[in-house]
Amino acid sequence: MDGDGRRLTAQARPAAGGGLGRGALWGLAAAVPLAFLGVFFAWPVVTLVARGFVGESGGLDLSGFAEVFSQPRTWRILGLTLWQAVLGTAFSLLLGVPGAYVLYRCRFPGRRVLRAVVTVPFVLPTVVVGVAFRSLLVQGGPLGFLGLDETFAAIVVALVFFNYSVVVRTVGGLWEHLDPRAEQAARALGATPWRAFRTVTLPALTPAIASAASIVFLFCATAFGVVLVLGGIRYGTIETEIWIQTTQFLDLRTAAVLSVVQLVVVAAALTVANRTRARRERALNLSSSASSAHPIRLWRDGRPTGDLVPAALTAAVVVVLVGLPLGTLLVRSFRVPGGGWGLDNYANLGTTGGRNALSVTVWEAMGNSLRTAALATVLAVVIGGLVALVVSRRPRSRGGRRAISVLDSVFMLPLGVSAVTVGFGFLVTLDRPLGLDVDLRTSGLLVPIAQAVVAIPLVVRTVLPTLRAIDPRLREAAATLGAAPGRVFRTVDGPIAARSLGLAVGFAFAVSLGEFGATSFLARPDTATLPVVIFRLIGRPGAENYGMALAASVVLALLTATVMLLAERLRGEGPGGEF
Amino acid sequence: MQRTTTGTRRRTLATGAATTLALLALTACSGGDDAAGGDDASSGGTVTLVTHDSFAVSDEVLAAFEEESGLTVEQVAPGDGGALVNQLILTKDSPLGDVVFGIDNTFASRAIDEGVLDPYTPAGLSDSAASYAVGDGGELTAIDLGDVCVNVDHAWFDEAGVPEPVTLEDLTKPEYEDLLVVTNPATSSPGLAFLLATVGAFGEDGFEDYWADLRANGVKVVDGWSDAYYVDFSGSEGAGPRPLVLSYSTSPAFTLTEDGTASTTGALLDTCFRQVEYAGVLANAKNPEGAQQLLDFLVSEPFQADVPGQMYMYPADDSVALPDGWAEFAPLADEPFEVAPEDVSAHRDEWITAWTATVVD
Repeated sequence: MDGDGRRLTAQARPAAGGGLGRGALWGLAAAVPLAFLGVFFAWPVVTLVARGFVGESGGLDLSGFAEVFSQPRTWRILGLTLWQAVLGTAFSLLLGVPGAYVLYRCRFPGRRVLRAVVTVPFVLPTVVVGVAFRSLLVQGGPLGFLGLDETFAAIVVALVFFNYSVVVRTVGGLWEHLDPRAEQAARALGATPWRAFRTVTLPALTPAIASAASIVFLFCATAFGVVLVLGGIRYGTIETEIWIQTTQFLDLRTAAVLSVVQLVVVAAALTVANRTRARRERALNLSSSASSAHPIRLWRDGRPTGDLVPAALTAAVVVVLVGLPLGTLLVRSFRVPGGGWGLDNYANLGTTGGRNALSVTVWEAMGNSLRTAALATVLAVVIGGLVALVVSRRPRSRGGRRAISVLDSVFMLPLGVSAVTVGFGFLVTLDRPLGLDVDLRTSGLLVPIAQAVVAIPLVVRTVLPTLRAIDPRLREAAATLGAAPGRVFRTVDGPIAARSLGLAVGFAFAVSLGEFGATSFLARPDTATLPVVIFRLIGRPGAENYGMALAASVVLALLTATVMLLAERLRGEGPGGEF
Repeated sequence: MQRTTTGTRRRTLATGAATTLALLALTACSGGDDAAGGDDASSGGTVTLVTHDSFAVSDEVLAAFEEESGLTVEQVAPGDGGALVNQLILTKDSPLGDVVFGIDNTFASRAIDEGVLDPYTPAGLSDSAASYAVGDGGELTAIDLGDVCVNVDHAWFDEAGVPEPVTLEDLTKPEYEDLLVVTNPATSSPGLAFLLATVGAFGEDGFEDYWADLRANGVKVVDGWSDAYYVDFSGSEGAGPRPLVLSYSTSPAFTLTEDGTASTTGALLDTCFRQVEYAGVLANAKNPEGAQQLLDFLVSEPFQADVPGQMYMYPADDSVALPDGWAEFAPLADEPFEVAPEDVSAHRDEWITAWTATVVD
């Protein structure tokens, strides 16, 4: 680490006067991620979409737009996509912000475990969760009386289930570092807890909330399995429609038009989020988490405190929304095929399933998953870290600021583009990437790369709010005192960024563990990952395969929770005020 | 002091974690290198099979082939059904491998028409397999087959005291109201097969009326097989509310009773559509000779005999002996409904659209 820092310093120093060398360095830091995303995202997607706009005679043909937009179905699908994404995002925020408060601002026993548990839904394969959810909701099921089976409400509930932790973590990550003294001062001046929150804390949190909202919106707008399984056949979104048109009908023209529509929706959402963020973003007084978190206290002097409502809300979410489906999954995983209870399903994970459903055992698949996720995490953290660093700068020129804002949005796009477009795009471009004689499509190396592409935006969004909240005066002060840019970076940005980096590592690892969309197009049978074998097991009849699918999902859930717990430890929460 | 301590501890942990990640990454890399190295070392000695994730073969059967031919078989499984064929069409000029296995009769004509296959009739092709030929070009060779049929939960009908339905027409009768769950032909390959069964049974002009009757009788449609079988079907582990589900004729073999003498579910053999799975040599294959050898192997006796146990399908070569007791719980329909692959290819999209208009909208 130190060696790197020194090299950075040494390179930067000769040009320090003109700032040209520094500029070149930042240029390089921006170029590496741009090149990566260019080759593994933009090129495949653009190539595939472009095919849809090539007419019979070979020229540009945009008549697809008129045709697709003249169908009432398109408008219905567009409306539904926006509506479910807006509601999914709104409810995730409404429930997630109090959750962030309870899990990051309050202290109570079991807090870390709970933080890890709420992340689990985020990585579970949608097909298993869909089946678990629907088993609860179906006529005659435990919650059948609610009449939610195959309704729009069921889709929204499931979206909140999957995305709750994104809000909790993104907002919590900033909140726990927020200096509590401003709020304490407001309280001392007589403000009610609600007013103090609204006027002091909420504005400070807005950048992180906008960050979380944009991620959740993108996830909701591109939700696939949830919509198919829980919505039934009456509900379709742009994403499911692109999938059907591409994989089933190979109607690339319609798919291309829909991809463009999806891109427009996503770009609009990102612009709104960016505006909100930019308006609110400013340097914050960050403190160490140890001093900012307080022991949770629901009652004081016979009256409820400000902790009560968020605590009750979070408890309800954890028990009902997260606990019930996960609990059902856990309990049923212990049901022995043929009746009774036991560990049979877990013992079977060492096999290839009933009637040879798999080509590798579930444990081998887990090994594949871990290896792939490790590689994907390294890629995502290095590249995402670079992006966050570049984007966290505040150039003085207006053009520079605009460039950075565009860059910021561009790196979010992988979350907003259909996995099938990316997957099929790989097929038509990466047979000889950049003229090299390596067929990347079948090499197996593409799996971690595809997962990293999805994880990078999350790494950026996790690290960025913290980096941006660093007071630039700290850097200026360091520079005035004679520190070279490399040293400023190492001593000012580094320690603060490292904290959120732990979180980012966990997130990236979890995302790649759970990634299914692009992976399913690329995985080779002998290197199938955990979500892929789970999907396969639940696609076969037989009590044994069903039981194994549930047990394997529980293993995936435990693995995720463990990774998140480790990431929290890596981050370190011991006392000591570094900033 | 305190600060230094935590700082050090964190760095140690971070270093440890970084080392672990790096090691894992290296392992992953070396895995990739091995595969790439294999390609280079035996140039021409590797043949790549593009298939779906249901493809399976016994290790010893495959090893025997590899030893005899000197070839190394690589597998890639990018999807199944329509997704597989459409990926082949997209990658026609630079295919993902040399041989494809898993194109079924609902997408066979499309693959041929798009020119993704080179004609090759393997040596030693059985008459029964040859009888499933699509067109005259010899682009596709039948490897295995199975039926998509309505499955029934025996216990449910016993308890209700209602006789089990037998034919497609029965399913529209009032006594079977709200009992059937099927899958969407636009998103699921058994769903498409069942739609074709109704086209085969009632004709191009009659199937829409049949579906209107089914709809009036409370048929439920979901998007995927797992969903239908494990959530809605009463005869699975999920124990859902409906005793009739669209599945495969082999599914009852997965629901045997404890002693293995009976199955708790059965297939209605008068409601079936036959799915035939084909293999073929991909156009522009890097190793066309190896591809032909692999295709010869796929129709050979050792592989065909391996099909039932490994993939749970019937071998296309009907002279191959089936495992004991195989036919008892997984019988084939005597007279499945049929639609010529050419007709399927010509009308598939139109039929799905008509189906959607009848059943969904």
